[in-house]
Amino acid sequence: MTALVEVRNLVKTYGEGEAETRVLKGLDLDLETGELAALLGPSGSGKSTLLTILGTLMRPTSGSHRMLGEDLTTASDRDLTEFRNRHIGFVFQFHHLLPDFTALENVIFPAAVEAGRETREARERGRELLVRVGLEHRMDYLATKLSGGQKQRVAIARALMNQPELVLADEPTGNLDRESAMQVMDLIGEINGREKTTFLISTHDEKIAEICRRQICVVDGRAEMGRERA
Amino acid sequence: MLYGLKIAFRYLTANKTQTGLLIAGVAVGVFVFIFMSALIGGLAVFLVQRTVGDIAHVTIEAPSRDPVSLMPEGVEALVVEQRATNQRQQLRTADAFLPLIDAMPGVAVTSQQIVGNGFLVRGVVTAPVSVTGVETDKVSAIANIEKALKSGSTDLSNSTVILGSKLADDLGVGVGQVVRLQSDQGVERAVVISGIFELGVEALDARSAIVSLATARTLFNLPQGISRVEIKLADLNQAPAMAERIAAETGLKATPWTEGNAQLLDGLRAQASSGNLIKAFALITIIIGVASALLLSTYRRRPEIGIMRAMGASRGFVIFVFVLQGALIGVFGGLIGAGLGYASLLPFPVPELAPPGGLPVDVRQGAYGLAIALTAIGAVLASILPARAAARVDPVSVIGQ
Repeated sequence: MTALVEVRNLVKTYGEGEAETRVLKGLDLDLETGELAALLGPSGSGKSTLLTILGTLMRPTSGSHRMLGEDLTTASDRDLTEFRNRHIGFVFQFHHLLPDFTALENVIFPAAVEAGRETREARERGRELLVRVGLEHRMDYLATKLSGGQKQRVAIARALMNQPELVLADEPTGNLDRESAMQVMDLIGEINGREKTTFLISTHDEKIAEICRRQICVVDGRAEMGRERA
Repeated sequence: MLYGLKIAFRYLTANKTQTGLLIAGVAVGVFVFIFMSALIGGLAVFLVQRTVGDIAHVTIEAPSRDPVSLMPEGVEALVVEQRATNQRQQLRTADAFLPLIDAMPGVAVTSQQIVGNGFLVRGVVTAPVSVTGVETDKVSAIANIEKALKSGSTDLSNSTVILGSKLADDLGVGVGQVVRLQSDQGVERAVVISGIFELGVEALDARSAIVSLATARTLFNLPQGISRVEIKLADLNQAPAMAERIAAETGLKATPWTEGNAQLLDGLRAQASSGNLIKAFALITIIIGVASALLLSTYRRRPEIGIMRAMGASRGFVIFVFVLQGALIGVFGGLIGAGLGYASLLPFPVPELAPPGGLPVDVRQGAYGLAIALTAIGAVLASILPARAAARVDPVSVIGQ
């Protein structure tokens, strides 16, 4: 397997002087292509900070962060935005859809913003993704008219729109009932198995973590490898 | 580009009430702008028309014949020069340059005139008059005597005169009566009053006596030449330039109407400045309104902006979306305001035909294109601050909310 993400000695501190808080304290992590990994750890352990850095939304204080062989710690803001658009998908706990847009428009947003317009190809792929997440009957519904589980499935479809190598999911089932949560995880597992898209899922839910083949625990700002399923 | 436009449009249509009020506010500002342009412009046309409508736009006269000193250089002496008064100033070569002036583009009509002073005598009553000899077919070329006629006609012959109404009242005469016209050269003629006019200008109505050019030649002993040529232009605003051109081409003294009406021009300039100030305030109001509404929108949409940034939208794209919203508000508000302005000004007659006491607004001077362009530019400028604020939204800070 090829290392998709390589993180070495990652440090992230907030504040300065006496108010300085070190959240990540020299974290090392490798993610391989096609992995389905759970990110575990108590609140405040640095899981969200790690996801934010891996998603290029925040720069580390020090250390190295590489993905697809590119050094992302020294890249410009513009380059990081382009890289994020092409190679990384996000699924958030509160789905964060654009409320004034339909399900389909939300899904094709990453492709449209890259191309500068909604291409026919993007619309076709958007429809295909919505069919795959079981929302073919909700394509033209405004995001605000969808249920919580439906919104999260739209968010997953959006994360996959540009066929990213890595999808970062921050508590994707945290706001859903058990049944919807399992449906979402089944969907993630199916996509991961079929497309070899790497998923890193931050969760507090042991049952969700058990579905993942690999468990990574962040404890006291460092990553500890948990059990790995065959 | 297209996608940014779509998002901007969607954001505007998502909250129809707020956007509607915003566009209505801009439209009102544009309406004020257009109404002020039409009013100030119309008032200027009205005042100029009333003031300059019955006078020449350019007057050609013979250059003054001041004596020339023949003292050799280097000799110092105190000299008193007296202007020659023993000979009437006249244009002797009018026939040579008149075809040239008539052919100049922008010249509407020329009127050759012989002018002088005299007295109108009826019985024992004598009144001082200003006598103007004109070509018989051009009586109404400069002042519209035909339109101002109270009685009689404007037909002139070698033995008729047209008088101002006040002058006729002072002498107690009417159309068809005979009066004696005595010039300052001592020549006297009996003339029949063929018409009486009232221009509404005291100086003209109380002192004007219009005769034919031939009668004036006799009265003022001027067998050749004329006193002056009065010119009406198609566009009276071209008078200074045209006077300069005529003077350059003929070597004669050409005076535009603006030289004798400096106070009117000062007044018009002050009026235009006041209008510009009001228009500037209207524009500032538009800018502040658009900026505050978009700032509010930026704050309300912070989470969405953060998500867009996380999904790969660049800062430039976010700025573009918000600036486009400003531009759309400006263009729509501008178009609606301009349309309303035009529709509301349309029922008003043009200032040239405005009735006394009427509002002299000029629908032609609404500056519609300028109003729309300035509003669009203003709205774009107003949206830059909110757009920059939007582009600075940190996705991390809003994703966790």
